[in-house]
Amino acid sequence: MKKPLQLFWSFFKIGAFTLGGGYAMLSMVEKAVVDQKKWIPTDEFWDMIAVVQSLPGVFAVNTALYVGHRVAGTRGAFAAMLGAIIPSITIILLLATVFREYRDQPVVERIFKGIRPCVVALILAPSLRMIKSAKVTWKTAIIPIATVFLIWWCKVSPAYVILAAIAGSLIYALIINKKAKSKEVKP
Amino acid sequence: MIYLQLLWVFVKIGVLGFGGGYAMLSLIQHEVVDHYGWMTTTDFTDMVAISQMTPGPISINLATYVGYTTAGFGGSLLASFALCLPSIVMVYLILKLFMSKRNNALMDNTLKGLKPAIAGLIFAAGLSMMNTQNFVDFGRGHYNLSVIICVLAFVASYFFKANPILLIVLSGIVGFIAY
Repeated sequence: MKKPLQLFWSFFKIGAFTLGGGYAMLSMVEKAVVDQKKWIPTDEFWDMIAVVQSLPGVFAVNTALYVGHRVAGTRGAFAAMLGAIIPSITIILLLATVFREYRDQPVVERIFKGIRPCVVALILAPSLRMIKSAKVTWKTAIIPIATVFLIWWCKVSPAYVILAAIAGSLIYALIINKKAKSKEVKP
Repeated sequence: MIYLQLLWVFVKIGVLGFGGGYAMLSLIQHEVVDHYGWMTTTDFTDMVAISQMTPGPISINLATYVGYTTAGFGGSLLASFALCLPSIVMVYLILKLFMSKRNNALMDNTLKGLKPAIAGLIFAAGLSMMNTQNFVDFGRGHYNLSVIICVLAFVASYFFKANPILLIVLSGIVGFIAY
Protein backbone atom coordinates (compact mmCIF):
# COMPACT_ATOMS: atom_id res chain seq x y z
CA MET A 1 0.00 0.00 0.00
CA LYS A 2 1.17 3.51 -0.72
CA LYS A 3 2.14 5.66 2.23
CA PRO A 4 -0.63 8.30 1.96
CA LEU A 5 -3.21 5.53 1.88
CA GLN A 6 -1.64 3.86 4.90
CA LEU A 7 -1.62 7.18 6.72
CA PHE A 8 -5.26 7.71 5.88
CA TRP A 9 -6.16 4.29 7.19
CA SER A 10 -4.11 4.61 10.41
CA PHE A 11 -5.65 7.97 11.30
CA PHE A 12 -9.09 6.81 10.22
CA LYS A 13 -8.93 3.98 12.76
CA ILE A 14 -7.68 6.38 15.43
CA GLY A 15 -10.43 8.90 14.61
CA ALA A 16 -13.10 6.22 14.63
CA PHE A 17 -12.16 4.54 17.88
CA THR A 18 -10.64 7.05 20.28
CA LEU A 19 -13.00 8.45 22.82
CA GLY A 20 -12.03 11.17 25.23
CA GLY A 21 -10.33 13.80 23.17
CA GLY A 22 -6.92 14.60 21.79
CA TYR A 23 -4.64 13.27 24.45
CA ALA A 24 -6.29 9.86 24.57
CA MET A 25 -5.34 9.37 20.94
CA LEU A 26 -1.64 10.14 21.42
CA SER A 27 -0.70 6.65 22.55
CA MET A 28 -2.60 5.21 19.58
CA VAL A 29 -0.79 7.49 17.17
CA GLU A 30 2.53 6.54 18.73
CA LYS A 31 1.72 2.86 18.43
CA ALA A 32 0.74 3.17 14.77
CA VAL A 33 3.40 5.59 13.57
CA VAL A 34 6.38 4.78 15.77
CA ASP A 35 6.04 1.16 16.91
CA GLN A 36 4.30 -0.57 14.02
CA LYS A 37 5.21 1.33 10.87
CA LYS A 38 8.48 2.76 12.20
CA TRP A 39 7.94 5.89 10.12
CA ILE A 40 9.34 8.22 12.77
CA PRO A 41 11.83 7.50 15.60
CA THR A 42 10.40 7.78 19.14
CA ASP A 43 12.36 10.85 20.24
CA GLU A 44 11.56 12.74 17.04
CA PHE A 45 7.89 11.87 17.47
CA TRP A 46 7.74 13.35 20.97
CA ASP A 47 9.66 16.44 19.83
CA MET A 48 7.01 16.89 17.17
CA ILE A 49 4.22 16.47 19.69
CA ALA A 50 5.81 19.11 21.92
CA VAL A 51 5.63 21.57 19.03
CA VAL A 52 2.12 20.54 17.98
CA GLN A 53 0.83 20.99 21.53
CA SER A 54 1.73 24.66 21.48
CA LEU A 55 -0.30 25.33 18.32
CA PRO A 56 -3.92 26.49 18.29
CA GLY A 57 -6.64 24.48 16.60
CA VAL A 58 -7.76 20.88 16.76
CA PHE A 59 -4.98 18.84 18.35
CA ALA A 60 -5.83 15.64 16.45
CA VAL A 61 -5.84 17.51 13.14
CA ASN A 62 -2.55 19.25 13.88
CA THR A 63 -0.94 15.94 14.83
CA ALA A 64 -2.27 14.22 11.70
CA LEU A 65 -1.09 17.04 9.44
CA TYR A 66 2.35 17.18 10.99
CA VAL A 67 2.94 13.42 11.11
CA GLY A 68 1.47 12.98 7.61
CA HIS A 69 3.66 15.73 6.22
CA ARG A 70 6.79 14.30 7.82
CA VAL A 71 6.09 10.80 6.47
CA ALA A 72 4.78 11.52 2.96
CA GLY A 73 4.73 15.25 2.17
CA THR A 74 1.65 17.21 1.16
CA ARG A 75 -0.34 14.17 0.07
CA GLY A 76 0.50 12.46 3.34
CA ALA A 77 -0.60 15.48 5.35
CA PHE A 78 -3.99 15.67 3.66
CA ALA A 79 -4.51 11.91 3.74
CA ALA A 80 -3.81 11.79 7.48
CA MET A 81 -6.01 14.82 8.19
CA LEU A 82 -8.95 13.42 6.24
CA GLY A 83 -8.51 10.09 7.99
CA ALA A 84 -8.66 11.84 11.36
CA ILE A 85 -11.82 13.86 10.68
CA ILE A 86 -13.96 11.75 8.34
CA PRO A 87 -15.14 9.33 11.08
CA SER A 88 -16.25 12.26 13.29
CA ILE A 89 -18.08 14.02 10.49
CA THR A 90 -19.84 10.83 9.38
CA ILE A 91 -20.91 9.81 12.88
CA ILE A 92 -22.21 13.29 13.77
CA LEU A 93 -24.11 13.63 10.48
CA LEU A 94 -25.81 10.30 11.11
CA LEU A 95 -26.60 11.18 14.73
CA ALA A 96 -27.78 14.68 13.84
CA THR A 97 -30.47 13.35 11.53
CA VAL A 98 -31.58 10.76 14.10
CA PHE A 99 -31.44 13.23 16.98
CA ARG A 100 -33.59 15.76 15.15
CA GLU A 101 -36.19 13.08 14.60
CA TYR A 102 -36.37 11.88 18.19
CA ARG A 103 -35.37 14.77 20.40
CA ASP A 104 -38.95 15.84 21.15
CA GLN A 105 -39.87 12.37 22.36
CA PRO A 106 -40.63 12.51 26.10
CA VAL A 107 -38.21 9.65 26.81
CA VAL A 108 -35.29 11.44 25.13
CA GLU A 109 -36.19 14.66 26.91
CA ARG A 110 -36.19 12.90 30.29
CA ILE A 111 -32.78 11.37 29.65
CA PHE A 112 -31.33 14.71 28.58
CA LYS A 113 -32.79 16.47 31.62
CA GLY A 114 -30.50 14.24 33.65
CA ILE A 115 -27.53 14.61 31.30
CA ARG A 116 -27.41 18.42 31.04
CA PRO A 117 -26.30 19.20 34.62
CA CYS A 118 -23.69 16.45 34.26
CA VAL A 119 -22.27 18.13 31.14
CA VAL A 120 -21.89 21.37 33.08
CA ALA A 121 -19.90 19.50 35.74
CA LEU A 122 -17.76 17.87 33.04
CA ILE A 123 -16.79 21.33 31.79
CA LEU A 124 -16.18 22.92 35.19
CA ALA A 125 -13.99 20.07 36.48
CA PRO A 126 -11.21 20.25 33.86
CA SER A 127 -11.07 24.04 34.15
CA LEU A 128 -10.33 23.76 37.88
CA ARG A 129 -7.81 20.99 37.24
CA MET A 130 -6.15 23.30 34.75
CA ILE A 131 -5.92 26.07 37.34
CA LYS A 132 -4.23 23.60 39.66
CA SER A 133 -1.74 22.42 37.04
CA ALA A 134 -0.97 26.00 35.97
CA LYS A 135 0.13 26.63 39.58
CA VAL A 136 -2.08 29.67 39.98
CA THR A 137 -1.20 31.56 43.17
CA TRP A 138 -3.21 34.16 45.07
CA LYS A 139 -1.40 36.81 43.06
CA THR A 140 -2.09 35.30 39.63
CA ALA A 141 -5.63 34.22 40.55
CA ILE A 142 -6.73 37.57 39.16
CA ILE A 143 -6.20 36.22 35.62
CA PRO A 144 -8.81 33.41 35.64
CA ILE A 145 -11.18 35.49 37.79
CA ALA A 146 -10.99 38.44 35.40
CA THR A 147 -11.47 36.08 32.44
CA VAL A 148 -14.60 34.56 33.95
CA PHE A 149 -15.95 38.00 34.85
CA LEU A 150 -15.36 39.42 31.35
CA ILE A 151 -16.80 36.47 29.44
CA TRP A 152 -19.61 35.33 31.71
CA TRP A 153 -20.74 38.63 33.22
CA CYS A 154 -19.81 41.25 30.62
CA LYS A 155 -20.33 38.87 27.65
CA VAL A 156 -17.05 39.95 26.09
CA SER A 157 -16.08 37.69 23.19
CA PRO A 158 -13.60 35.01 24.30
CA ALA A 159 -11.66 35.86 21.13
CA TYR A 160 -10.66 39.26 22.55
CA VAL A 161 -9.81 37.74 25.91
CA ILE A 162 -7.52 35.20 24.22
CA LEU A 163 -5.83 37.91 22.15
CA ALA A 164 -5.24 40.02 25.28
CA ALA A 165 -3.94 36.98 27.16
CA ILE A 166 -1.58 36.12 24.30
CA ALA A 167 -0.20 39.66 24.31
CA GLY A 168 0.30 39.57 28.08
CA SER A 169 1.86 36.12 28.08
CA LEU A 170 4.15 36.98 25.21
CA ILE A 171 5.51 40.01 27.04
CA TYR A 172 5.92 37.88 30.16
CA ALA A 173 7.68 35.14 28.17
CA LEU A 174 10.04 37.66 26.57
CA ILE A 175 11.01 38.93 30.04
CA ILE A 176 11.63 35.36 31.23
CA ASN A 177 13.74 34.60 28.15
CA LYS A 178 15.79 37.72 28.73
CA LYS A 179 16.35 36.82 32.38
CA ALA A 180 17.40 33.30 31.38
CA LYS A 181 19.88 34.76 28.93
CA SER A 182 21.42 37.23 31.35
CA LYS A 183 21.90 34.33 33.76
CA GLU A 184 23.78 32.43 31.06
CA VAL A 185 26.11 35.37 30.50
CA LYS A 186 27.22 35.77 34.11
CA PRO A 187 27.34 32.38 35.82
CA MET B 1 -24.23 34.47 3.39
CA ILE B 2 -24.64 31.72 5.95
CA TYR B 3 -21.70 29.91 4.30
CA LEU B 4 -19.51 32.97 4.66
CA GLN B 5 -20.52 33.32 8.30
CA LEU B 6 -19.74 29.66 9.00
CA LEU B 7 -16.39 29.98 7.26
CA TRP B 8 -15.46 33.11 9.18
CA VAL B 9 -16.59 31.76 12.57
CA PHE B 10 -14.77 28.46 12.31
CA VAL B 11 -11.58 29.85 10.79
CA LYS B 12 -11.49 32.28 13.72
CA ILE B 13 -11.96 29.43 16.18
CA GLY B 14 -9.21 27.45 14.45
CA VAL B 15 -6.81 30.38 14.80
CA LEU B 16 -7.63 31.26 18.40
CA GLY B 17 -8.32 27.79 19.74
CA PHE B 18 -5.41 27.42 22.12
CA GLY B 19 -5.59 24.89 24.92
CA GLY B 20 -7.55 21.98 23.49
CA GLY B 21 -11.15 21.03 22.89
CA TYR B 22 -12.67 22.50 26.03
CA ALA B 23 -11.14 25.91 25.37
CA MET B 24 -12.62 25.86 21.89
CA LEU B 25 -15.97 25.02 23.45
CA SER B 26 -16.08 28.47 24.96
CA LEU B 27 -15.31 30.15 21.63
CA ILE B 28 -17.88 28.06 19.78
CA GLN B 29 -20.53 28.74 22.42
CA HIS B 30 -20.01 32.48 22.23
CA GLU B 31 -20.27 32.61 18.44
CA VAL B 32 -22.99 30.04 17.92
CA VAL B 33 -25.25 30.74 20.90
CA ASP B 34 -24.63 34.33 22.01
CA HIS B 35 -23.56 36.07 18.84
CA TYR B 36 -25.40 34.43 15.94
CA GLY B 37 -28.17 32.64 17.87
CA TRP B 38 -27.91 29.54 15.70
CA MET B 39 -28.56 27.36 18.74
CA THR B 40 -29.99 27.68 22.24
CA THR B 41 -27.83 26.96 25.28
CA THR B 42 -29.76 23.73 25.76
CA ASP B 43 -29.13 22.60 22.17
CA PHE B 44 -25.49 23.38 22.68
CA THR B 45 -25.35 21.43 25.94
CA ASP B 46 -27.02 18.40 24.33
CA MET B 47 -24.53 18.58 21.50
CA VAL B 48 -21.60 18.67 23.90
CA ALA B 49 -23.00 15.56 25.59
CA ILE B 50 -23.27 13.78 22.25
CA SER B 51 -19.77 14.91 21.22
CA GLN B 52 -18.37 13.53 24.45
CA MET B 53 -19.92 10.15 23.84
CA THR B 54 -18.86 9.79 20.22
CA PRO B 55 -15.28 9.28 19.04
CA GLY B 56 -13.24 12.05 17.48
CA PRO B 57 -12.36 15.60 18.48
CA ILE B 58 -15.18 17.52 20.23
CA SER B 59 -14.55 20.65 18.17
CA ILE B 60 -14.87 18.79 14.85
CA ASN B 61 -18.06 17.15 16.11
CA LEU B 62 -19.48 20.53 17.10
CA ALA B 63 -18.45 22.19 13.84
CA THR B 64 -20.12 19.41 11.86
CA TYR B 65 -23.31 19.68 13.89
CA VAL B 66 -23.49 23.47 13.81
CA GLY B 67 -22.82 23.47 10.07
CA TYR B 68 -25.47 20.83 9.51
CA THR B 69 -28.20 22.54 11.54
CA THR B 70 -27.57 25.95 9.98
CA ALA B 71 -26.84 25.06 6.36
CA GLY B 72 -27.33 21.34 5.77
CA PHE B 73 -24.80 18.83 4.49
CA GLY B 74 -22.69 21.41 2.66
CA GLY B 75 -22.60 23.54 5.78
CA SER B 76 -21.33 20.67 7.88
CA LEU B 77 -18.43 19.99 5.54
CA LEU B 78 -17.64 23.69 5.22
CA ALA B 79 -17.59 24.29 8.98
CA SER B 80 -15.33 21.29 9.64
CA PHE B 81 -13.00 22.27 6.83
CA ALA B 82 -12.90 25.89 8.02
CA LEU B 83 -11.85 24.69 11.47
CA CYS B 84 -8.93 22.76 9.93
CA LEU B 85 -7.87 25.49 7.51
CA PRO B 86 -5.67 27.48 9.94
CA SER B 87 -3.95 24.23 10.97
CA ILE B 88 -3.11 23.48 7.34
CA VAL B 89 -1.63 26.93 6.88
CA MET B 90 0.31 26.53 10.12
CA VAL B 91 1.91 23.25 9.17
CA TYR B 92 3.27 24.86 6.04
CA LEU B 93 4.14 28.37 7.18
CA ILE B 94 4.75 28.44 10.87
CA LEU B 95 6.37 25.08 11.33
CA LYS B 96 8.68 25.56 8.39
CA LEU B 97 9.61 29.17 8.94
CA PHE B 98 9.47 29.92 12.62
CA MET B 99 9.74 26.76 14.65
CA SER B 100 13.37 26.96 15.61
CA LYS B 101 14.31 25.76 19.09
CA ARG B 102 14.53 29.29 20.44
CA ASN B 103 11.10 30.28 19.16
CA ASN B 104 9.69 27.09 20.53
CA ALA B 105 10.87 27.97 24.04
CA LEU B 106 9.21 31.36 23.67
CA MET B 107 6.01 29.67 22.47
CA ASP B 108 6.19 27.31 25.44
CA ASN B 109 6.47 30.12 27.97
CA THR B 110 3.70 32.08 26.27
CA LEU B 111 1.49 29.04 26.48
CA LYS B 112 2.25 28.60 30.15
CA GLY B 113 1.17 32.19 30.74
CA LEU B 114 -1.97 31.59 28.71
CA LYS B 115 -3.06 28.61 30.80
CA PRO B 116 -4.77 30.48 33.70
CA ALA B 117 -6.77 32.55 31.20
CA ILE B 118 -7.81 29.44 29.28
CA ALA B 119 -8.92 27.81 32.53
CA GLY B 120 -11.07 30.88 33.22
CA LEU B 121 -12.45 30.69 29.68
CA ILE B 122 -13.57 27.10 30.16
CA PHE B 123 -15.02 27.85 33.58
CA ALA B 124 -17.05 30.71 32.08
CA ALA B 125 -18.43 28.34 29.43
CA GLY B 126 -19.60 26.02 32.20
CA LEU B 127 -21.18 28.90 34.12
CA SER B 128 -23.14 30.16 31.13
CA MET B 129 -24.61 26.68 30.75
CA MET B 130 -26.01 26.86 34.29
CA ASN B 131 -29.41 28.24 33.35
CA THR B 132 -32.96 27.20 34.19
CA GLN B 133 -33.32 25.29 30.92
CA ASN B 134 -30.41 23.04 31.76
CA PHE B 135 -31.15 22.90 35.49
CA VAL B 136 -34.86 22.19 35.26
CA ASP B 137 -35.45 21.90 39.02
CA PHE B 138 -34.12 25.36 39.69
CA GLY B 139 -36.52 27.45 41.78
CA ARG B 140 -39.01 24.60 42.08
CA GLY B 141 -38.68 24.32 45.87
CA HIS B 142 -38.30 21.00 47.73
CA TYR B 143 -35.36 19.09 46.31
CA ASN B 144 -33.18 19.97 43.39
CA LEU B 145 -32.08 16.94 41.45
CA SER B 146 -30.27 18.96 38.75
CA VAL B 147 -27.91 20.46 41.29
CA ILE B 148 -27.37 17.08 42.95
CA ILE B 149 -26.44 15.49 39.61
CA CYS B 150 -24.10 18.38 38.81
CA VAL B 151 -22.35 18.27 42.19
CA LEU B 152 -21.97 14.48 42.21
CA ALA B 153 -20.68 14.45 38.62
CA PHE B 154 -18.25 17.23 39.50
CA VAL B 155 -16.90 15.36 42.54
CA ALA B 156 -16.61 12.13 40.54
CA SER B 157 -14.83 13.89 37.69
CA TYR B 158 -12.58 16.22 39.66
CA PHE B 159 -11.54 14.03 42.57
CA PHE B 160 -11.87 10.53 41.15
CA LYS B 161 -11.22 11.20 37.44
CA ALA B 162 -14.30 9.17 36.58
CA ASN B 163 -14.88 8.34 32.91
CA PRO B 164 -17.01 11.15 31.38
CA ILE B 165 -18.97 8.73 29.19
CA LEU B 166 -19.89 6.66 32.23
CA LEU B 167 -21.03 9.81 34.06
CA ILE B 168 -23.19 10.93 31.12
CA VAL B 169 -24.79 7.50 30.84
CA LEU B 170 -25.45 7.32 34.58
CA SER B 171 -27.02 10.78 34.75
CA GLY B 172 -29.11 9.90 31.69
CA ILE B 173 -30.43 6.87 33.56
CA VAL B 174 -31.12 9.02 36.64
CA GLY B 175 -33.02 11.51 34.46
CA PHE B 176 -35.01 8.74 32.81
CA ILE B 177 -36.08 7.36 36.18
CA ALA B 178 -36.68 10.64 38.03
CA TYR B 179 -38.43 12.89 35.50
